[in-house]
Amino acid sequence: MSFPGKGLMKGLGVTMRNMTRRSVTAHYPDAMPELPPRSRGVIALIEENCTVCMLCARECPAWCIYIDSHKDTVPATTEGGKDKSRNVLDRFAIDFSICMYCSICVEVCPFDALHWSPEFEYSELDIRDLTHEKERLRDWMWTVPAPVALDPGAEQAKEITTAEKAAEKSARPAEGEGDA
Amino acid sequence: MPELLEVLLRVLVVIAAFLVLPLLVGQVEHKAMAHMQARVGPMYAGAFHGWAQLVADGVKFVQKEDVVPAAADRRVFKIAPAIALLPYLVVMLAIPIGPGLVGQDLDLGLFFVLAVMGVGVVGTLMGGWASANKFSLLGGIRVAAQLMAYELPFVLAAASVAMAAGTLSLVGIVEAWSPWWLLWQAPALFVFFVAGLAELQRPPFDMPVADAELVFGPYTEYGGLRFALFILAEYAGIVVLSALTAVLFLGGWHGPFEDQAGWLWTLAKTGAVAFVVVWLRVAYPRLREDQLQRLAWQGLVPLALFQLAITAVGVVVWGS
Repeated sequence: MSFPGKGLMKGLGVTMRNMTRRSVTAHYPDAMPELPPRSRGVIALIEENCTVCMLCARECPAWCIYIDSHKDTVPATTEGGKDKSRNVLDRFAIDFSICMYCSICVEVCPFDALHWSPEFEYSELDIRDLTHEKERLRDWMWTVPAPVALDPGAEQAKEITTAEKAAEKSARPAEGEGDA
Repeated sequence: MPELLEVLLRVLVVIAAFLVLPLLVGQVEHKAMAHMQARVGPMYAGAFHGWAQLVADGVKFVQKEDVVPAAADRRVFKIAPAIALLPYLVVMLAIPIGPGLVGQDLDLGLFFVLAVMGVGVVGTLMGGWASANKFSLLGGIRVAAQLMAYELPFVLAAASVAMAAGTLSLVGIVEAWSPWWLLWQAPALFVFFVAGLAELQRPPFDMPVADAELVFGPYTEYGGLRFALFILAEYAGIVVLSALTAVLFLGGWHGPFEDQAGWLWTLAKTGAVAFVVVWLRVAYPRLREDQLQRLAWQGLVPLALFQLAITAVGVVVWGS
C-alpha cells in the first residue's frame, strides 16, 4: 500500500529503530578490539632463524627492510679441514612508515624468521621512530600468538605432510630389502 | 515590596530556564542523534556519557579569539548575535507553564510572541549582511526569503487557534483548549510546527546555513563566543517553538493530575516536541531552495487558509 508521506514515515521509523538498538561503536581506547585471527599488526623477527638470505628485503615491494651483515669464518673442526664461513646479522630493520603490510616478507622467508603479531599500538611522534631495529622486532616476537587451528576438513599443514611422507619413506626401504 | 520580589523571582526563573533548557535540548540532540545514527555521541566530558559536553564546548568558545573581518560592518557584526538571541528570552517571559506560572501574562500574548520571534531572524540577517562575505550574504538572503515565505503560514496557523479560543492571551488559549482540538486544529498544528522549524532554519529547512555548500551561511565569519550565541539562539528557538506548540495546540498543562503537576505536563509536552525537532533533523535531508519555497506557498499557506475556514465554521456552528 502506498500513500503520500509513506517515505517520510519510513525515514522516521528507521531512525527510531536505530535509536532503540545498541550502537555499533567500538570503544577502542576503553575496550580493546577483538581482532580476527592472523591480524597483521606488526612484523616480528626471530633473529636466530635468520640466515641473511636477503629474500625478504628483495621481495619487499616498498623496500622498507634494511639488512646489514658480514661474513664470519668458523675455524675448521677437523685437522686439515676447510674453514667455514657463516653470515652474521648486524642490522635488521623494518621501516613501518613505509611498510604496506602486504605480508610478502613473512611468506617468502624460508626459515620462518618473520611472523605477524596482532599488536598495533606503536604509533610514534617522530616518523624516524617507526623504523624498528632488530631488538625491537625480536621483542614483538613475544606477542605472536600460536597459529590458529585449521578449519575442520581443511588440508593438513604442508610441514606435517612433508614430515609424514619422509617418515613413510624411511620406513619403506626396510620393507623393500626384506622382500628382496 | 513583595510585588517587586515576585517580579524579580519570575525574571530569575525565566532566565534560568533560558540558560538551562537550550543546553538540555542540545544535549538530547547530541545523544539522540548519535544513537539514531548507531553512534554513541559524546562520552567523555563530565565522565558519565558526556553529560557536560556542551559546558565544555562553552568553555572552549569563550577562550577563542574574537575576530571581526576587516571589511565587516563592525558594529552591526558585533550586535547581530545579541539580536538573534534576546528575542527568545523575551518570548519565554510570556509563555505560560502552568496556571499562574508565567513570567508575564499578556492579553496580547500570542501577538507579542509571534512578533518578537520574527525579530530573532533579523539577527541572522544582520550577521549575513555585515560579514562582508559572499557566502554569508547568500545565506542572509536565503534567511530573508525563508522568513518571508514561512512567517505567513506560521501566523495564519496561530491565528486559527486564537480564533477557536476567542482570545489572544496564551493563558486564555490553554484554558479554552479541549482534547478534541487535537483533531480540529490538526492541520494548524502541522503548519505551525513546520513553519516554525523553517523559521528557526532547522534541518530539513537549513538551506540558509547549509554548511556543505555555504560554509554555514550567515555564521561563516563568526567564531568564539559570538558563534556560540548564534548556536544558543538556535536551541533557544527550539525551546520556544516547542513550548509554543505545546501551549497552543497540545493543551499546555491539561492532562491527568493537572492541579498538582500541570507545569510538569507543559514541560513534558515541550520536551516531546523538541525531541521531534531533533528527530526530523536526523531523518530528513535538506530541502532545496525551490522546494522550500514551493512547500511554503503551495503547501502550507493553502493548508493554513483551509484550517482558518474550518475553524471559522466550527466557531460559528458550536459558538465557542
